[in-house]
Amino acid sequence: MIAEFGLAALWLAAALAGLQLLAGALGLTARGVALGAIVRPVAVVQGLLALIAFVALIVLFCQTDLSVKLVAMNSHSAKPLIYKFAGTWGNHEGSMLLWVTVMGLAGSFVALVERRLPEPTMLATLAGQAFVSLGFYAFLLLSSNPFERISPVPAEGQGLNPLLQDMGLAFHPPTLYVGYVGLSIAFSFAIGALITREVGPAFARAMRPWVLGAWIFLTLGITAGSYWAYYELGWGGWWFWDPVENASLMPWLAATALLHSCSVLAARNALRAWTIMLGVVAFSMSMVGTFLVRSGILTSVHAFAVDPERGSFILVLLAIYIGGALTLFAVRAASVTEGERFAPVSREGALVFNNVMLSAVLGIVLFGTLYPLVAEAMGAKVSVGPPYFNPMSALFVVPMLLVMAVGPLLRWRRDGFTRVRKALAIPAGLIVLAAIGVAAWGGVGLLPFIGLALAGGLAVASLLPLRGRSLRRTPLATWGMVVAHLGVAVALFGMASESAFSVEKLVAARIGETTAVGPWHVKLEGIRPVAGPNWTALEADLTASYAGGSPTKAHPQARFFWSPPQPTSESALLTRWNGQLYAVLGEEADDGRWQLRLWWKPFVTMIWFGGLMIGLGGLLALLGRVASDLRRYVARGKIAYRRERQGR
Amino acid sequence: MTETSAAPKPRRWAIWLPLVLFLGFVGLVLLGLFRPADREVASAMVGKPLPAFDLPAATADKPGLAFKDFAAGGKPRLLNVFASWCIPCAVEAPQLDQLAKMGIEINGIAIRDHREDVTAFLARNGNPFTRIGADDVSKVQMAMGSSGVPETFVIDGKGVIRYQHIGEIRADQMPMILEKLKEAEQ
Amino acid sequence: MKRLLILLLMVFAAPAFAQDTMPPAPYAYRQLDNPAQEEKAQALMETLRCLKCQSQSIADSDAPMAGDMRSQVRERIAAGEDPEAIRAWLVERYGDYVSYAPRVTALTWPLFILPVVLLVLASLLLSRRFRKGGGE
Repeated sequence: MIAEFGLAALWLAAALAGLQLLAGALGLTARGVALGAIVRPVAVVQGLLALIAFVALIVLFCQTDLSVKLVAMNSHSAKPLIYKFAGTWGNHEGSMLLWVTVMGLAGSFVALVERRLPEPTMLATLAGQAFVSLGFYAFLLLSSNPFERISPVPAEGQGLNPLLQDMGLAFHPPTLYVGYVGLSIAFSFAIGALITREVGPAFARAMRPWVLGAWIFLTLGITAGSYWAYYELGWGGWWFWDPVENASLMPWLAATALLHSCSVLAARNALRAWTIMLGVVAFSMSMVGTFLVRSGILTSVHAFAVDPERGSFILVLLAIYIGGALTLFAVRAASVTEGERFAPVSREGALVFNNVMLSAVLGIVLFGTLYPLVAEAMGAKVSVGPPYFNPMSALFVVPMLLVMAVGPLLRWRRDGFTRVRKALAIPAGLIVLAAIGVAAWGGVGLLPFIGLALAGGLAVASLLPLRGRSLRRTPLATWGMVVAHLGVAVALFGMASESAFSVEKLVAARIGETTAVGPWHVKLEGIRPVAGPNWTALEADLTASYAGGSPTKAHPQARFFWSPPQPTSESALLTRWNGQLYAVLGEEADDGRWQLRLWWKPFVTMIWFGGLMIGLGGLLALLGRVASDLRRYVARGKIAYRRERQGR
Repeated sequence: MTETSAAPKPRRWAIWLPLVLFLGFVGLVLLGLFRPADREVASAMVGKPLPAFDLPAATADKPGLAFKDFAAGGKPRLLNVFASWCIPCAVEAPQLDQLAKMGIEINGIAIRDHREDVTAFLARNGNPFTRIGADDVSKVQMAMGSSGVPETFVIDGKGVIRYQHIGEIRADQMPMILEKLKEAEQ
Repeated sequence: MKRLLILLLMVFAAPAFAQDTMPPAPYAYRQLDNPAQEEKAQALMETLRCLKCQSQSIADSDAPMAGDMRSQVRERIAAGEDPEAIRAWLVERYGDYVSYAPRVTALTWPLFILPVVLLVLASLLLSRRFRKGGGE
C-alpha cells in the first residue's frame, strides 16, 4: 500500500511540476497573467508531494518491506534500524528520489519566502525550477522507479554494502545532495534573470542567500566525505583525486566563485554576465558530476554502476538543461552589459582575480577527470592522479590565496596598495619567517613547503578586516568572511602538515610488543574476538602513550560482515590537539605476529576543522544576510504603513 | 567609454565558448557510453621478447620454467598464467587440454600458489602443461605486463610475445587461439 | 564519495570468491629499514595504480597483487634503483595506465598545455577587464 501511495505522490508531483512550468510560462505572457498566481502554490504542493514520496520510501526501508524490489536489493532485516533508514538513499533509485525531493522542497521554499524580485522574474525562475524537476521526475518514473514491486517476494534482502554502514557515510551523501541540488535554485534564478533580462544588484541580493545555503551544505558534505574516506578506508589518506571526489569538488569550486561574484554584483552592479554564467555552471557541474558517477562511465572498470540506458537518459537531460541554459546565455548575455567599472587594485579587482583562479582550478579538475575518457576515445589508457592535480591546481590556488589575504582589506572601486601596506607587513613577515623555518627544518616537499609557509600569514591576514572595528558592531556577514577565510588557512595548514610530517609504521607485532611511531609508543596487548549486530570482528587491544605520558586504549578492528559477506577494517583514532594516531589491524602472519599499520599525523584534524570553519563562516554570512534583509523588509513595511495612515 | 561599449563586440565569440565546450563534453561522453566497455589492462609487452626469468617448479612432476626454454626455437607455444584458487582457470581447463592434445606445447606459470594446491588442481582439472613455473610474488607476471589470472600468451619460436588473451579461453574462442598460433609461425 | 566505497567494495569483493592463501610478498607490509629509501618507495607507490582495484594506488590497497607490486618496488629501491626507472619499467609493461603521473606524450600533451591555455585566457580576461575599467 505504502509503495503505491508513494508512487502516486511521485506521479502527482511530476504532474504538478508540469503545471508549474506551463503556468509559469503562460504567466509571462500578456494573456496568461492570471495563471501566474497559481505558480507559487503549485510549487509548494509539488515539493510537499515529493517529500511524501520520499518519506514513503523511508518507511518501506525501515519496515524492510521485501516486496519492494529496491528494499529487497539493498536492505536486510538484521541491519540496525539507523542503517535501514540511511539505506534509503544508499542506492541509485533512492538517491535520485532524494534529489527530486530536495529540488522540489527548495522550489517550495523559494516560492514561499522570496518576495524581493519582480514577479515576472519569479515566475520564470519557478518555471525553470519546474522544468528541471520535470526531467528528473521523468527519469525516476520511467527508468528508475523506486517503488517497483518484486514477485515472488524474497525471504531476505541482499543487504547493504558494509562500507556504507557507518554513521559518517549514512549522513554525508544527503548533505552533499542538498548542496548539489540547492544550486538548482541559482540555476533557475539565472534562467529567470536571462528570460526577463533582470540582472542587477537586486537579483544578486536575492540569489545570494540561496547560493550560500547550498554552498554551506556542499562544504560540510565534502568535509565529511573526506573525513569518512580518511577513517573508513584504512589507509590514512584524506583526498585521492578520485573521479567521485572530483565530482563533488567541481560544483563547490563553481559555487565558491559564484558566491564571490554575487558580492560584486550586489555591492557594485558589476560582473553581471559572469555571475549569470556561474549560476548556470555551478548547477551544471552538479549534474555533470552526478552523471559521471551514475553512468559509471569514468569508473567503467567497475561493472557495478554501469547502465547505458540510465546513462543515456541522464545525458539527454544534461544536454537539454545545460545545453539549453548555455544557449540562452549566449543569446541573451550579449545584451547584458557587464555593468560598473573598477580598477585592478580594488575589492572588485581582487574578487575577479579570485573568480578567474577558481574557474581555472575548476578547468584543471574537470579536464583532468575527463582526460582518461579522451584517451580511451583515442584508443589508449592513461591515469591522471595526484601527481597531476596537486601541482596544477596549486599553480592557481597559491596566487588566489595570496589575493585572498589582501582583497578584503581593499576598498571598492579603486584603491592603492600603499594604503594596506602597513597592515600586510605582519602577515608578509610571518610568511617569510615560516618559509625560513620550514626550509631550515628541511626534508619537506615543495607543495607542503608552500602550504606551511603561507598558512600562518594567511591566518593573520584573514583576521585583518576586523582591525580597527568595534567587534560588537561588525556585521555578521563580515564575521562570516573572516571565519571562512581563517578556515581556509587552517585547512591549508592541516593539509601541508599532514603531507610533510606524517610518520608511518608497518609492523608485524607480537602480543606484548611495543612499537614507536613518531612521539607515540604503541603496545599490542592482545587480540580478541568481538561481535556486533551484523558483524563479527577481531579486535586489537592497543595501549598507546604519547611522549611517555599516561597510556590510552585504542581498538582497531578487522570486521567481517555477513549480509552481504565482506571484510572491512575499522581504524582506531586517538586524537590530540596536535594530531592523530591512526591504527589499523591487518592480518595474522604465520608466526603468530599481527600486522599493524600505525600513523602519527601531526595536525591532520586541522583539515576538517578548517572545512567546518569555512562552513560556519558561510552560516554566519547567511544569518547576517537574512537578518539584514528581514530588517529592511520590516522597515519597508513600517514606512508603507505610515504612508498609508498619512494618506488616510 | 560609454555604457554600451562595455559589452564589447570582440567578446561575442567568448560567449559561445561554454556551449561549445559543453557540446564537446557531450560528444566525448556519447563515444564513451556506446563504446564496448574495455575493462582489461592490456600488456604492453606484446611484440617484445619475453623478459628474463627463471622460476622453480610448481609441482613435483613437471619441471620449472625459465625464459631460455623459449629461446630454443621451434614452434609457437602458449604460456598460460593461472592459479589453483582461480575459478575461471578451472573453467578453461578443458580447452587447454584440447589444445595440448592437438600437439601444442603449453607452459604454465602458477601465481601465488602452494605446491600441493597446484598438484591437486591439476589432478582435478587435467594437466596440459609441459613445464610449470611457480611465481609466488607475481614477479614474472609483472614482468610480462599481466594483471590477472587467467591470461594466455602466444609466444613464437624466437621467444617473442605475439598475443595476449585476457580471461579464460572459452570453447568458441578456440579457432581464434589456433589462428593466433598460426600467425605466430610466420 | 559514496561511489568511492562502491569501488572499494569491488576491491574487497573480488578476492572474496577467489582468494589465494599465500602469505604476502616479503615487503608488501614491511617497510625498508633505511628511512630515506622507504620515503622514496612510499612516494612512488602512492603514484602507481593498483591494477586489480582500478581506483586506488598500490599504497592504498589490500589486493594481493598490490602487495606484490609494493614488495617489488621496495626491493628495487633497496637495490638502489631510481624510482623513475621503476615507474618506466612498469609503464613499459602495463602502459601509461599504471602510473598516476601522466608523462608528456603525443597522447597527453593537452593535459600539460591546459594550464598554459588557462593562464593566457585568465590574463586576457583580467587585462581586458581592467583596461576597460581602469582607463577612465
